[in-house]
Amino acid sequence: MSSSHTYPHEPTGVETRKLGMWVFLSTEILFFGTLITTFMIFKGRDFPGMKLTDVYDIPFTSISSFILLMSSLTMVLAHNALEANDQEKTRVWLLATAMLGAVFLAGQIYEFTEFYHKGFELGTNIFSSTFYVLTGFHGLHVFIGVVLLLALWSIGQRQKGLTLEGGMNLEFVALYWHFVDIVWIVLFTVVYLI
Amino acid sequence: MTKIIEPKKQSNIFRRPSSETGIWSWITTVDHKRIGIMYGYAAFFFLLIGGLEALVLRIQLSQPDNNFLTAAEYNAMFTMHGTTMIFLAIMPISAAFFNYLLPLQIGARDVAFPRLNALSFWIFIFGGAFLYSTFIFGTAGAPEGGYLAEEVGWLGSAPNGGWFGYQPNAGMKYSPGTAMDFWAIGLQILGIASLISAFNFITTIINMRTEGMRFMRMPVFTWMTFAVSFLLAFSLPIIAIALFYVTFDRKFGTTFFLTEGGGDPVLWQHLFWLFGHPEVYILILPAFGIVSEVLPTFSRKPLFGYAAIVFAGFGIAFIGFGVWAHHMFASAISPVAQAGFGLSTMVIAVPTGVKIFNWLGTIWGGKLKLNTPMLFSLGFIGMFVIGGLSGVTHSVVPADTQQTDTYYVVAHFHYVLFGGALFGIFSGLYYWFPKVWGKMYNETLGKIHFWTMLIGFNLTFGPMHWLGLQGQVRRTWVYAEETNLAFWNVVVTVGAFIIALSIIVFMINWIFSKRNGEKAPFDPWDARTIEWTIPSPTPVWNFSKAPVVKSLDDFWHAKYGEDDEGRSVRRDSADQLLQELEEEGLNPSEDIELPNPSYYPIILASGLPFLGYAVIYYSVPLAIVGTLLLLIGGFGWGTEPLEEAIEELEHE
Repeated sequence: MSSSHTYPHEPTGVETRKLGMWVFLSTEILFFGTLITTFMIFKGRDFPGMKLTDVYDIPFTSISSFILLMSSLTMVLAHNALEANDQEKTRVWLLATAMLGAVFLAGQIYEFTEFYHKGFELGTNIFSSTFYVLTGFHGLHVFIGVVLLLALWSIGQRQKGLTLEGGMNLEFVALYWHFVDIVWIVLFTVVYLI
Repeated sequence: MTKIIEPKKQSNIFRRPSSETGIWSWITTVDHKRIGIMYGYAAFFFLLIGGLEALVLRIQLSQPDNNFLTAAEYNAMFTMHGTTMIFLAIMPISAAFFNYLLPLQIGARDVAFPRLNALSFWIFIFGGAFLYSTFIFGTAGAPEGGYLAEEVGWLGSAPNGGWFGYQPNAGMKYSPGTAMDFWAIGLQILGIASLISAFNFITTIINMRTEGMRFMRMPVFTWMTFAVSFLLAFSLPIIAIALFYVTFDRKFGTTFFLTEGGGDPVLWQHLFWLFGHPEVYILILPAFGIVSEVLPTFSRKPLFGYAAIVFAGFGIAFIGFGVWAHHMFASAISPVAQAGFGLSTMVIAVPTGVKIFNWLGTIWGGKLKLNTPMLFSLGFIGMFVIGGLSGVTHSVVPADTQQTDTYYVVAHFHYVLFGGALFGIFSGLYYWFPKVWGKMYNETLGKIHFWTMLIGFNLTFGPMHWLGLQGQVRRTWVYAEETNLAFWNVVVTVGAFIIALSIIVFMINWIFSKRNGEKAPFDPWDARTIEWTIPSPTPVWNFSKAPVVKSLDDFWHAKYGEDDEGRSVRRDSADQLLQELEEEGLNPSEDIELPNPSYYPIILASGLPFLGYAVIYYSVPLAIVGTLLLLIGGFGWGTEPLEEAIEELEHE
């Protein structure tokens, strides 16, 4: 038995934290999968009271969806800027991403409030319950994403700046952020369009 | 001269924890070995509590028409017995093995995310404490038309809707009070703990293997940890969402599982068993792994059909997601679904059978050494085969609908989970005792433990087969004298107390051997895997140098060659090799970087029970406290210096 290398050893060549994030996202698919399945099951059934079609405003939600999708673009721009080691641009794009996410969240809060005033409440019927739990769960993910982005931005204010490796790194957060965006594309289609 | 590099002891909020002994060193530890030991003791504590609950149940059933417990208390006791044994005893005791052994078996210094590992442990502790705080804070009211309020009592103030929490029985109407809220939210918290450890272990196995440790050279226990981690990662999210729905139904007036609002109680059963059946394999696969390590070692032969055992394990894990509705044959599912799930239930017996033949092939013609770990592994095979065979009978739908809700089912799953999982776990506890403590356990007491447990176990659960076929119903607190069920029920109760006795023998052995046992030799079992190439008890740094693995059963091949007829012959250099390994293991020649202790895992974890209480009591202040703890923990965690600190110290 001999020894020729030092710890840590990464036989796959993928950074361990990034790999951990991929595994985490694979479990997230199951979270959203269960929620969406339940939504689809109940959507096809008869239920008394209001439906989403009675209250929703497709143009409004389309715009907020577009804003969230644009945040994926700014996230990529932040990543590119960091690869070019342009710290200032990285910070700007990170902040832009966080702000776009926050605008989306504000839109969701506004939308929920509107629905409530129109009488479409959590306990109105099985459809409203699944709607709020499903989109609310996604909203919670966006919120966590915004917190992570702001944390990353504040770390970037320090002298050393951001790197692509180590502790809380940009790729790690970017993976999460893109995932949350992709989930919204599915949710928007399933909940609002179909 | 070796030095262990430690980073600057400071961070943004607190000073870095610095104690190396005493209680603070355990609270702030991120060492996988210490976390494993803590998991083990905590799980064993809950195993004792779950066992006491079982004894209380058995006293009640020892006579017909007994009134030792009221109906309400009986309901609470069987619910807590099942929930405790599954979520607080067997799962965490498996986690103890994963934590301690996994990095050692793949030649790593620690798991991929040491602080997440500590976080998962503390969430488990807080989750268990939260669930059990129901005895202090919980209330279980009397449902309309059910038992009377005065029958509930102290013992009855625990969750009482069964570990499966069937709806609408576990809903607010039939289970008023807060007890079932404690159950739903408690399991939610425990689920987070398991989920975190699952993706930690998956990442560790993929990315922390030492040089030469290819996938097909990993020990079978590591493989089974891998399979279990995938099962956890893909089944826990399902139950998490289902428990969200239950909590919303109970606390916020939704009707996901209640027909009066358009919901569907059968959906709960689907979601629950879609988690619940993989859960069965989550409980049993670690034992499969342990047995696959013990049998070759004590048969002095390589494992028969290594690849077959590995793929059978993953086959079981995969098919395990496609058999859930066999728990629901008595529910409203279509005949086509019944036929389909009956078939898949038969199919899953095939990889299980493959494993059993592999184990038999391993001991066939071996030079067996019947030490305690080997006895438990052999006991495991016997008992698990009985449980497996009675399990396959449930794939026959008409027979299953006869047996549903009878003691036949209780007998079946105890043969699998006690005779299977727990026997395997005890086998592992004895097998790795010298590794963990550096002492030998007492062989005589170990054998007494095995035989009393085997006898007690069969007296307890064997007669339940015929009690069930005679029609004794599960989850029912009394039976009438005219049913002639009394005799076997007395036998079962006696058996349960014999099991309790055997556990006492085990505890005596553990405590005295740990304190006064003989010093363990370097390689006490003449073992095959690389965790035995380092001194016992394991040094803090595990391996002095990252090992390089050249084959499956690397340690064995370092000690043994083959003669002309292909028989294993001990090399002349073997003894010298062991001596060298021991010396090198204790005196590392390189600098060693260890992950640093941290306060933040326990701070972060402590926020969750506050959030749980906040939901139960609709309390905004508690929610704020919980959120603040999460934020402080999270912020400190994110800003705690890692690599930079080490680099700076090296420059000095």
